[in-house]
Amino acid sequence: MKALGIILAGGSSETLSDYPNKSIAALPVGGSYRTIDFTMSNMTNSGVNKVAVITQYSSRSLLDHLSSAKWWDLGRKQGGLFVFTPYITNDNPFGYRGTADAMYRNISFLKRSNEPFVIIASGKHVYKIDFNDVLEYHQQKQADITIIYKEANYEKPSNYGVMVLDENKRLIEFEEKPLEPQTNIISLGIYVIPRTLLIKLLEDVVAENRYDFVNDVIIRYRKKLKIYGYPFEGYWRCIRSIQSFFDINMDFLNKDVRDLFCKQYPYIATKVMDEPPAKFNIGSSTKNCIVGGGSILNGYVENAVLFRKVFTGSYSFIKNAIIMDGSYIGNNCYLEYVVLDKEVVVSDGRKLVGSKENPIFLEKGSVI
Amino acid sequence: MNLVNFYLQIQIRNLILQARTIKRVGSMRKREIISMILAGGHGTRLGILTKHLAKPAVTFGGKYRIIDFVLSNCINSDIDTVGVLTQYEPLKLNQHIGIGIPWDLDRKTGGVTILPPYIKEGQGAWYSGTANAIYQNIKFIEEYNPEYVLILSGDHIYKMDYSKMLEYHKQKEADATIAVLEVPIEEAHHFGIMNTNEEDRIVEFEEKPREPRSNLASMGIYIFNWNKLKQVLIEDNEYHPDSDFGKHIIPRMIHNEDRLFAYRFNSYWKDVGTIESYWQANMELIETLPSFNLYEEFWKFHTNLDHQPPQYVGEAADVKRSILSEGSEVYGNVYSSVLGSGVIIEEGATVRDSIIMAGTIVQSGSVLNRCIVSENCFIGKNVIIGEGENIANFEKPDIYHTGITVVGDQTTVPDNVWIGKNCVVYGNTKFSDYNNGRLESGQSLILEGEES
Repeated sequence: MKALGIILAGGSSETLSDYPNKSIAALPVGGSYRTIDFTMSNMTNSGVNKVAVITQYSSRSLLDHLSSAKWWDLGRKQGGLFVFTPYITNDNPFGYRGTADAMYRNISFLKRSNEPFVIIASGKHVYKIDFNDVLEYHQQKQADITIIYKEANYEKPSNYGVMVLDENKRLIEFEEKPLEPQTNIISLGIYVIPRTLLIKLLEDVVAENRYDFVNDVIIRYRKKLKIYGYPFEGYWRCIRSIQSFFDINMDFLNKDVRDLFCKQYPYIATKVMDEPPAKFNIGSSTKNCIVGGGSILNGYVENAVLFRKVFTGSYSFIKNAIIMDGSYIGNNCYLEYVVLDKEVVVSDGRKLVGSKENPIFLEKGSVI
Repeated sequence: MNLVNFYLQIQIRNLILQARTIKRVGSMRKREIISMILAGGHGTRLGILTKHLAKPAVTFGGKYRIIDFVLSNCINSDIDTVGVLTQYEPLKLNQHIGIGIPWDLDRKTGGVTILPPYIKEGQGAWYSGTANAIYQNIKFIEEYNPEYVLILSGDHIYKMDYSKMLEYHKQKEADATIAVLEVPIEEAHHFGIMNTNEEDRIVEFEEKPREPRSNLASMGIYIFNWNKLKQVLIEDNEYHPDSDFGKHIIPRMIHNEDRLFAYRFNSYWKDVGTIESYWQANMELIETLPSFNLYEEFWKFHTNLDHQPPQYVGEAADVKRSILSEGSEVYGNVYSSVLGSGVIIEEGATVRDSIIMAGTIVQSGSVLNRCIVSENCFIGKNVIIGEGENIANFEKPDIYHTGITVVGDQTTVPDNVWIGKNCVVYGNTKFSDYNNGRLESGQSLILEGEES
């Protein structure tokens, strides 16, 4: 393979803005996946068989998810999955100080490899792409760096890196989270770059005590290097907050989204949990729902995404909800616009009502 | 003289070293117990369901295949070396087991090994009996130099901790231990029956006795001391080239006055050998409190399903008393049914009291009652299956007679077709293959010229 992959999955920007203790890459999406599965699968489905995941904030649940590489076919003698967490040395007592620093601190991984290209991606995006097309484009343009972009139609460009491209799609201007965006072309934070160039750039910027890939590499070198944009037109979402987490999960109730990720080859791979089939008991009624394996339903559920091993009691009413793995909802409960983290217990007869703009969130293991 | 002495010394030292290495290698491989799963059975009474696959590979409970239960029992009982003996239609089984990843049986040493019959020097032979199959694999077992060998059948649905049975075997200082199930005495004549003394030592074994004197039925699960079994297998092979555990090995051991004990098992155990019992056992899973519990966290059943999209239930759907496997999508009505992975039930279709296996699509307006639809079938629009009179199948009345219609794998049923009870449908059928679009109860429509 021509490229190796680096997934940046755990800077402080990779945690939920409203719940900074939750790592986005490990958040469940669409009934049976974790966010990072999308990027991981995009890589392995594109034939990238050496992938490094770099993580630091709240990485426990992510490490748990990545405990075996075999689900993504990355359990290999050559290549395979590498997980890099920061380690402290006498002359460097810091965690990763930025995305460029995170890569620089693992530069020996890059130096020991011999793949000509590196694909740098983030662990918080939900999308499907064939990186071979991007690599081909990169070579055809004879680019130094290729950035995958999208024309924002409903996302606010001011939340992203905004790009100005010339007619050949060469980057002219790049602003990170501008107050007054000049275009609606947003960078998806996915880059293709030759490995040797990446090593050189990382060594140069870190020597100047600069640590951020976007600000210190892309923006500073935007004129010096030949940076091109690669247009991506499919479904692409970025999880930032409970609100976007809620919306993206709800998107999976839409057949097109489900078909894209679940039914159209290549599939998104995830850790196999071997849950038994979902069970719908006699008193249950289910409308427009995703129901994960091992769930047992006794009540009414509508417009909801239920992950694995969820139990709903008799005469309970659940609508517009995201319920993560292993949560228990007792009898006669009433839940609307809620997001339950893993292993939440809702006692009999409880009523929880949030709103579309502000769903109620209950943290992992809470009992109410 | 000295030179010769020196040379001899070196030779001797080499020999000792060699012996040590062999011993070390041997002990590294050594397993206390290994299990051998007999998975070559045809399962003829399952009719069209086993047309292209061995009975252990038939799906069960939506997402599983029958052999998953035994393989999962092995790994959950800490047995990490398993031989699977295949013979009849092994392709699906081989694909399913692969290198054993789903059961954590992908090991550096041990793990799962598929053992088809093979040609030996000067002769080639199929497995001619259960014990003969083990006899032909003595070399495989010797590789691991085990104390005990657990013989299992890949045909049964149950949850059992073999380590407890092994403990019992050791405690009784037995040569062989046979797991037994107490069955109602009036059904005992269907089974191999153990007659035991007061300490549960087996004194007599009767295969399907007309007048049973005990109700302890053999479950086809045996633990043998390997050295003893090996000796008996070799002995018996001279008399019975079709050596069978029930017919030959056990009676021979009783005759030799070996110590055989019955291990009583009193939990769920099913041999889903017939269409009716297969259907029944699947239907038991949808009870609110099923007698066989798949949902226990500490005794999980593993299966090979690497792509695991979630289940979806649509806006207009109604699903009750059913279980749905990964990736199934229901837009219509599903009552009292078991759905495999990736099944699609379109809006306006109704499925009742049925088993729909993986990858099958049921189009809108169709009504399916009490039927078994195998893997990757396509049921067109407005198809009716399972109505009319309960007339036993004309060709195979002993297999299809309880009102269940069975559709074989990869079958297409065209739009607007009416199919009765106890029917068998197989192949890429067209409307013209049906008599005015009807297949009356008890009739079979099997294309591609082959009998089921």
